[in-house]
Amino acid sequence: MTELSKTGAAVGEPVSAPSDAPSTFLEVRDLKVHFPTDDGLVKSVDGLSFSVEKGKTLSIVGESGSGKSVTSLAIMGLHRLGARGKNVQMSGEIWLDGQELVNADPDEVRKLRGREMAMIFQDPLSAMHPYYTIGSQIVEAYRVHHKVDKKTARKRAIEMLDRVGIPEPAKRADSYPHEFSGGMRQRAMIAMALVNNPELLIADEPTTALDVTVQAQILDLIRDLQKEFGSAVILITHDLGVVAEIADEVLVMYGGRCVERGAVDEIFEKPQHPYTWGLLGSMPRIDRETSDRLIPVKGQPPSLINVPSGCAFHPRCPYADLPKGDVTRTVRPELQLVGSGHYTACHLSQEDRTRIWTEEIAPKL
Amino acid sequence: MSETKKTDAADAVVPQQAVAPEDRADSAKGSGDREVLLRVQGLKKHFPIRKGVLQRQVAAVKAVDGIDFEVRKGETLGVVGESGCGKSTMGRVITRLQDPTGGTIEFEGQDITSLSVGKMRPLRRDIQMIFQDPYGSLNPRHTIGSIVSAPFRLQGVAPEGGVKKEVQRLLELVGLSPEHYNRYPHEFSGGQRQRIGIARALALKPKLVVADEPVSALDVSIQAQVVNLMDDLQSELGLTYVIIAHDLSVVRHVSDRIAVMYLGKIVELADRTSLYEAPMHPYTKALMSAVPVPDPKRRGAKSERILLKGDVPSPIAPPSGCRFHTRCWKATEICKTTEPPLLELKPGQQVACHHPENAADQAPQDTVLLSAAREAVELVIPAQSSPQESEASKEASEPEAAEPVVAKAAAEEEAPAEAEAEAEGADDAAEAETEAEEGDASAETEAHEAEASADAEAAEVDASVEAETEAAEVDASVEAEAKSDAAEADRQESTDK
Repeated sequence: MTELSKTGAAVGEPVSAPSDAPSTFLEVRDLKVHFPTDDGLVKSVDGLSFSVEKGKTLSIVGESGSGKSVTSLAIMGLHRLGARGKNVQMSGEIWLDGQELVNADPDEVRKLRGREMAMIFQDPLSAMHPYYTIGSQIVEAYRVHHKVDKKTARKRAIEMLDRVGIPEPAKRADSYPHEFSGGMRQRAMIAMALVNNPELLIADEPTTALDVTVQAQILDLIRDLQKEFGSAVILITHDLGVVAEIADEVLVMYGGRCVERGAVDEIFEKPQHPYTWGLLGSMPRIDRETSDRLIPVKGQPPSLINVPSGCAFHPRCPYADLPKGDVTRTVRPELQLVGSGHYTACHLSQEDRTRIWTEEIAPKL
Repeated sequence: MSETKKTDAADAVVPQQAVAPEDRADSAKGSGDREVLLRVQGLKKHFPIRKGVLQRQVAAVKAVDGIDFEVRKGETLGVVGESGCGKSTMGRVITRLQDPTGGTIEFEGQDITSLSVGKMRPLRRDIQMIFQDPYGSLNPRHTIGSIVSAPFRLQGVAPEGGVKKEVQRLLELVGLSPEHYNRYPHEFSGGQRQRIGIARALALKPKLVVADEPVSALDVSIQAQVVNLMDDLQSELGLTYVIIAHDLSVVRHVSDRIAVMYLGKIVELADRTSLYEAPMHPYTKALMSAVPVPDPKRRGAKSERILLKGDVPSPIAPPSGCRFHTRCWKATEICKTTEPPLLELKPGQQVACHHPENAADQAPQDTVLLSAAREAVELVIPAQSSPQESEASKEASEPEAAEPVVAKAAAEEEAPAEAEAEAEGADDAAEAETEAEEGDASAETEAHEAEASADAEAAEVDASVEAETEAAEVDASVEAEAKSDAAEADRQESTDK
């Protein structure tokens, strides 16, 4: 913890007075999640700040190991639960509807979990209990937060299953998770997550394991439910196609930190960070034909134990030598405002970034 | 594609070192003249389901159920489809990792369908496979050197300059360092392991490489690295690929021709441009419209999207007639009763459908839509105004989607002009002409289609919807049951393995 406070000064832009309650629905300020291991301290999330309004969708994008899932588990307060508060170091603030979660009593957080915030996991088969029927698991989730008898809860569970588009919900409620197909399981999981009308829904790669046709169904479902319930949604994904489809705001993570954040149109039209360019260049496009080579990011994602000094992206960045001196190797760039609500953490000058994007990257995409 | 073309191929140039990535568009065009490397006819693979004390076969999972295709030298054939459509099984059967239940596989003119393990061995040199899971396909107790040199040992091949030198050359070829020779798989990341798998597959200079989801387990940036690597290796070594993938964007990027599979059948087989610009099979169209496009501006512009309802039916008891009829919005009585053959409706585009998109209707007399057809899909029409909105609302009764097609439909009258504009980019003048023709044809058929569906609409109003809904529900429950059976069978199989 002492080590954390030393680096505590490195914070994203919007954090000015970290102690007063924010006006946005969810606000994360300078979140750090570190795991001590035998090999060293794994800095999974290292100073992350963002906020989500009700009714909006924030997409967190990044490669595996960039800290996306750790962030979502931190918000849900699930780190301490698993590690009994011993093997994880967390600092920073997470404000959910005026309540701070990082330093809150775990029992308080438990009351919020499920009711105020809920989560959809990537693999619904391992996220559900194989021994209990779908219906009984939803009933359980509902009765934790509502003092109702089993019959009422079951009615509610069936209603939710119906809402997420499961045919014959009354019959299927008695099925076991393995009897459902992948898409149906994911629907059931969404039903379970939404049974208590949570105001924050975190979806961690909800469609990665699914076929495109089913993915389209699930994304539409999430979008509809969000409209209906007005909840805030955090969607974690690595698929920029999904992001473009559903997100209002995008946060690009690299090496446990935010490298770029902004409205979805800004990120796709005027991306400012070389890593975002790399992600866009790596994607084969379905909407246009090109026989050109893809433009991948060279090298490997960084180890979170030995995050490169300075800008964590500099060993893979083709433009690392552009700024004068060795600033990219020694100074960690902070988020700076580059457009309306658009932040990026990069040492390149604004002119360089604009020039590289418009002249070198955009034409090749 | 056609027999005559194939015989021409005798004197065709074997594209050993040819096909640079830039020439791929041309090579796709010219691939009709190339030698056929692999020919598959009526290929079937059924997995028996056994029950009871006597283990009598009660049913079969028809994973692959009669498919025909060819792979020509130097080209890349992409195979796409939802999970459970049999694409991976197909890959395993054509490499003879599993024995087919029926049909024939010809490799370089030789029938390899029922070759014994011993007879097959020398051919294994020429047919190699890259697997999906870079973690599961490398033995954790062997060093990289021994993994990549295994093919030499097994085949008794002594490469020039010694095995070690050759392995190190291969490692360099796939972008690894020769010093990695003595390391173990766990020391490598997913992308690097996939490169090791590729090095192993290339060790014996194969002619055909079957890659089953080669990049789906990798991160986006690493995925791009591996795609580029496979591209480079193809042009360097003149490889022929069969790439099996579920990601339509990747397939579009890497393939010359693409086969779309549904429930063990090929429903459409066409070259890349035709397939993505003007898909003929409704399933292809639905599949493509479901892929999220990484461009937020398209959210509003996308005039319609086809959302297929439900899941793929069970391959144990696939639907009668056209297998897609339970989820298709164009399904009529004939689709229920007669299985459509895979026909070449346009040069280089084969499709198995009675009522194809972008082509003349194969069963124009049959216009009464099945009741389920109306409910089969949900059309997503965004509220935002788009340039095509007037067009879209006019077409609202006629399910159309996949915006390249909509764009074409919207510009019905301008189609020839558009085709010409498209062709401008192409180097080939002849190509431009054919494309302009195609444009004409598609405009015509589009108009024809509009008429047909208007008829169908009128007829459909009469049908009592409610009764059918019930019937459909019962169907669904039967299907669901069959499905769980299938899952069980699958599990059994995996434990058997």
